[in-house]
Amino acid sequence: MAGLVETSSRPVPIPDDESRPFFDGARQGVLLLRRCHACRTFMSPTGGIGTPLRPRCVKCFSADLEWAPATGRGTLYSFALMHQVYDPAFADEVPYNIAVVELDEGVRMTTNVVGCANDQLWIGMPLEVTFEQLSDEVAIPKFRRPT
Amino acid sequence: MKGRTAIAGLGMTEMGKVYGRTATDFAAEALALALDDAGLAKDDVDGLLVNANHSAEMAPMLQMSLGLEDLTLVNAMSAYGSSAGTMLQYAAHAITAGQASVVACLYADAPLSPGGSISQSSYNGRRIGTGSGLASLRFAYGDYGPANTSYALACRRHMHLYGTTHDQLGTIAVGQRAWAQFNPRAQMYGRPMTLDDYHASRWIVEPLHLLDCCLVSNGAVAVIVTSAERARDLRQPPVYLLGFGQAGPGDNQRAGREPAVHTGAKRSGELALRMADVALEDVDVLELYDCYTYTVLVTLEDYGFCEKGEGGPFVADGKLGPGGSLPTNTGGGQLSSFYMWGFTPLSEGVIQARGHGGERQVPEHEVVLVSGNGGTLNWHSTTVLGA
Repeated sequence: MAGLVETSSRPVPIPDDESRPFFDGARQGVLLLRRCHACRTFMSPTGGIGTPLRPRCVKCFSADLEWAPATGRGTLYSFALMHQVYDPAFADEVPYNIAVVELDEGVRMTTNVVGCANDQLWIGMPLEVTFEQLSDEVAIPKFRRPT
Repeated sequence: MKGRTAIAGLGMTEMGKVYGRTATDFAAEALALALDDAGLAKDDVDGLLVNANHSAEMAPMLQMSLGLEDLTLVNAMSAYGSSAGTMLQYAAHAITAGQASVVACLYADAPLSPGGSISQSSYNGRRIGTGSGLASLRFAYGDYGPANTSYALACRRHMHLYGTTHDQLGTIAVGQRAWAQFNPRAQMYGRPMTLDDYHASRWIVEPLHLLDCCLVSNGAVAVIVTSAERARDLRQPPVYLLGFGQAGPGDNQRAGREPAVHTGAKRSGELALRMADVALEDVDVLELYDCYTYTVLVTLEDYGFCEKGEGGPFVADGKLGPGGSLPTNTGGGQLSSFYMWGFTPLSEGVIQARGHGGERQVPEHEVVLVSGNGGTLNWHSTTVLGA
């Protein structure tokens, strides 16, 4: 499957030219979001089927975008608990959460909340970013209760 | 535009676990049935609109497979589950403008195979939108079967905001299953269910039970659209296109807006009802897109049948089911009859408007409201059908 490393373990995203800054940031423990240089609007890194990157500012439509660090703070907007095993790599993990976090920057992103039992999740709970190293090269942002 | 075009033909194949046939084969049968239903021949068709879906065969090339010649309107269209309504609109505009006279609108699919599970069919999210970069992030989070997850997230949000319960959502599923018991074509015909069955069904993505989720089906539906004038000379009672509208509210990943809770049904419903010049009170039958129980609930709210957030209490008395005051998804819908995207509610809407519903026919059927919903409540279409 293009773009995914198929192993017995969970899929590891492969950074491409467009997303490399995001993954470089994640490896260094920084959540980078695309931001409009003109109007300062932040854009979500996730959502939709296909590439979620927005090539222009979703507010003022400027093409002058930059990668900017996010505070990494937000609240839980909604969550779902995955019981269905679509990929054997997750068979031991179900039920696990899929979470949408609303970041202080005004965007939502799809992720997982870690270090929190499923029955302790509640909409509105404060969260902060943490990073999970999936391979030597690739880390991804996840969220946890503030330390 | 109101009432100037009509659906004159409807063709439906066997639905569900019907194996060994291609989407093209199903499409050809549905078209033949629809033409026969209308009393038209293949060579009368001068427009072909194909609902592009997960089957690669649902493309303009289908024209050649079907042996259609000398067309003046051809397109493969998709706004996912809202496409049936948008195709009708395009057909109506083209016919009214004199660009085509007999337009076949087709949906076909064959994702199921013997021994294969649905999660390994084309509805496995893995086959949709995989790639490198940020698009592949979702799989690292275990976010497969993207529709299930994203509707679960929307449903949970609604439950949080308004206290919507599983008893209320289950009432929708039970009501539609009851309707399906009067529809021999339904995959769940002969398989009634109770609210206890609903609660006992396994979780797919919590808060969605298995019985909150639609079926997946092999099969096809074709409808023939023509001018109202011509339809009156054909074999079946015309089903007039009285009104239609679309809405695409936009990104749900921006704070401050919630298009999966306040959906495009509101805007598209207003447009369609205004065009048809009918009020909600005039609607006799509802055929609502029901990929999940939640979709029905939120669509009822956004059409204005109840206040935002009141959908749960509104449906709790079973008013959507057989004998209820607001007959909805009278063939069983996608939850209990078959899953042909927007052609499920549309086909049942045509049957009801004609008065051909047999045991499940709603006595008053002058105005039928049909909804379509694509993506995760990203695109909405509304069609008002008139007998």
